[in-house]
Amino acid sequence: MDTTRRDLLMQFGKLLVLTGVAARALEKQGEAPGPGDTYHMAEHWWGMIIEIDKCIGCGNCVRACAKENDVPDGYFRTWVERYQVTEDRDHPIVESPGGAIDGFPPTTRTGIKSFFVPKLCNHCADSPCTQVCPVGATFISPDGVVLVDQAYCLGCRYCIQACPYGCRYFHPEKGVADKCTLCYHRITKGLTTACCEACPTGARQLVDLKNPKDPVHEFLRDNKVQVLKPYMATGAKVFYKDLDVAVR
Amino acid sequence: MNGVEGFMYPNEVELQWSLLIVLYPYITGLVAGAFILASLERVFRVEAVRPTYRLALLTALAFLLVAPLPLQLHLGHPERSFEMYLTPHRSSAMAMFGFVYLWYLTVVLLVEIWLEYREDIVRLAQTRSGAARWIYKALTLGSENVSPASRRIDDRVGYVVTVIGIPSAFLLHGYVGFIFGSVKANPWWSTPLMPVVFLFSAMTSGIAAVLVLYVISMKLRKTSIDMRCLDTVAKYLFYTFLIDFSLEMLDLVQRTYEADESFRSLDFMVHTRLWTSQVLVQIFLGTLAPLGLLAMTQLWKFAEMVRRRLYVAASVLTLVGIFAMRWNVVIGGQLFSKSFLGYTTYKVQFAAREGLLPAVALMILPFVLFFALVKLLPPWEKQPTEA
Repeated sequence: MDTTRRDLLMQFGKLLVLTGVAARALEKQGEAPGPGDTYHMAEHWWGMIIEIDKCIGCGNCVRACAKENDVPDGYFRTWVERYQVTEDRDHPIVESPGGAIDGFPPTTRTGIKSFFVPKLCNHCADSPCTQVCPVGATFISPDGVVLVDQAYCLGCRYCIQACPYGCRYFHPEKGVADKCTLCYHRITKGLTTACCEACPTGARQLVDLKNPKDPVHEFLRDNKVQVLKPYMATGAKVFYKDLDVAVR
Repeated sequence: MNGVEGFMYPNEVELQWSLLIVLYPYITGLVAGAFILASLERVFRVEAVRPTYRLALLTALAFLLVAPLPLQLHLGHPERSFEMYLTPHRSSAMAMFGFVYLWYLTVVLLVEIWLEYREDIVRLAQTRSGAARWIYKALTLGSENVSPASRRIDDRVGYVVTVIGIPSAFLLHGYVGFIFGSVKANPWWSTPLMPVVFLFSAMTSGIAAVLVLYVISMKLRKTSIDMRCLDTVAKYLFYTFLIDFSLEMLDLVQRTYEADESFRSLDFMVHTRLWTSQVLVQIFLGTLAPLGLLAMTQLWKFAEMVRRRLYVAASVLTLVGIFAMRWNVVIGGQLFSKSFLGYTTYKVQFAAREGLLPAVALMILPFVLFFALVKLLPPWEKQPTEA
């Protein structure tokens, strides 16, 4: 069959359009929503979705976080807990050896419910930790991330006491409170967090609750989710899918 | 993991608030208690406690000057602590405490002591020589008028300051209780009773401290002890301690009856890790024993010597008991996991920055200051004329 110049141009045009669409789709899938050359804090409200049933307890997230954020040994901005629960939900067997930085040893227990729970700062909208800081060194950024100004923190550790989730620690070298920043240095550049990037199963996903195009809205509509210790009324923004009642 | 039983969140294993933070509410409590005892004489005209009035004021000042030191030593960046005054965070209980402290120190205590001692200071400025003369001259703040009319004004202003001082002393220590009681993440601390319990325990410990210091001072000076004064102070100690103990028991009964999700964990902690410090030292040795001794003195008439010994023994035990109470609140509140699934251990280091050695030094320091203050402003100067 003869190919006319007109046909060739048509084919080429179609290819160009398809490539463009595919590239755009890949871009949207691979990175956090809302990137751009200029970052406007007021346009974002960050949180995270964690799907318990997808977590395999590999510890990739813990390692990635420690490396990305230079977390001191023995302290954790994120960690993973393994719950093994019998019918007696008040006495679950919970472990997190080294915060699960090396994953978990295989369990020998059988006939019980076993699952992993990744934990990190809940970046609470009504955070008790920022409330108690005597100088306002820890604060909620306009895009909903709880941060610590390390050049300002007194190191009184009141915020560590006030966090119901055990997410803060006292940095042994810097003498200040330290915690998960939701990889603020990355998300403001349009990247996702180190832990989300390292997760092989997509159990953790950074979400922008202010972005109407973020899949989080559909996710929250379609799934039953829970936050940790909802009775604390902290406005936690880390939403767990399939969270068991035994989890503390 | 070392010292950990069950499951703790990984960042919880290390205790954040150490022995020094136990000292802080203990010392602040002594201040508030001593001041409230002093105000009994001034505002409520309890003449019997007059011999302890000045002593109580100086005790309060000596301890108040030391109160921020354990906090400073504890901070990761003490050089930034002044930011609490420059850029305070208004929603923070700790930031606001800085102002309560400053108010209490400058507006209440220093003014009241100055007004009370003004006549003595002027006299000393005129009679002493050398450096002492200049120190007293400076302390007169330029006013050497001690005419009866000006003393009447002093007395009236002093009265007003004490009236303001009572709620301020309540605020000072009630506020320390609020620092703990408002932490909703910690069920061991989070109770609206905490400020009230702290307040009454402060009054108890302050009264006990003044009683002991009064007896020791009189012994050292080889002066007879005013038994009417001692009996009255001991009576106040007994009543205040009874209220304090009732409040603590009310808290315990409420917690036990409600038995919320934290109860099993806290109950286990009291029966294991806190058994010695809470049940044996705080409740039996530090509360029931002194209350028993004080009750005896209220029920039966003992000879002076016996009464004196019973009062001192009860006061020393009270001071031990209230210290144990502070320990159990501060340290106890960090020994269990907020997951309610495990417990950690606290080991006091010796020569570390937050260890036993600086803690002991910080507890000796108020007594050194007290001694210096007594030398500078002798509290018994007026007694011969009043006796």
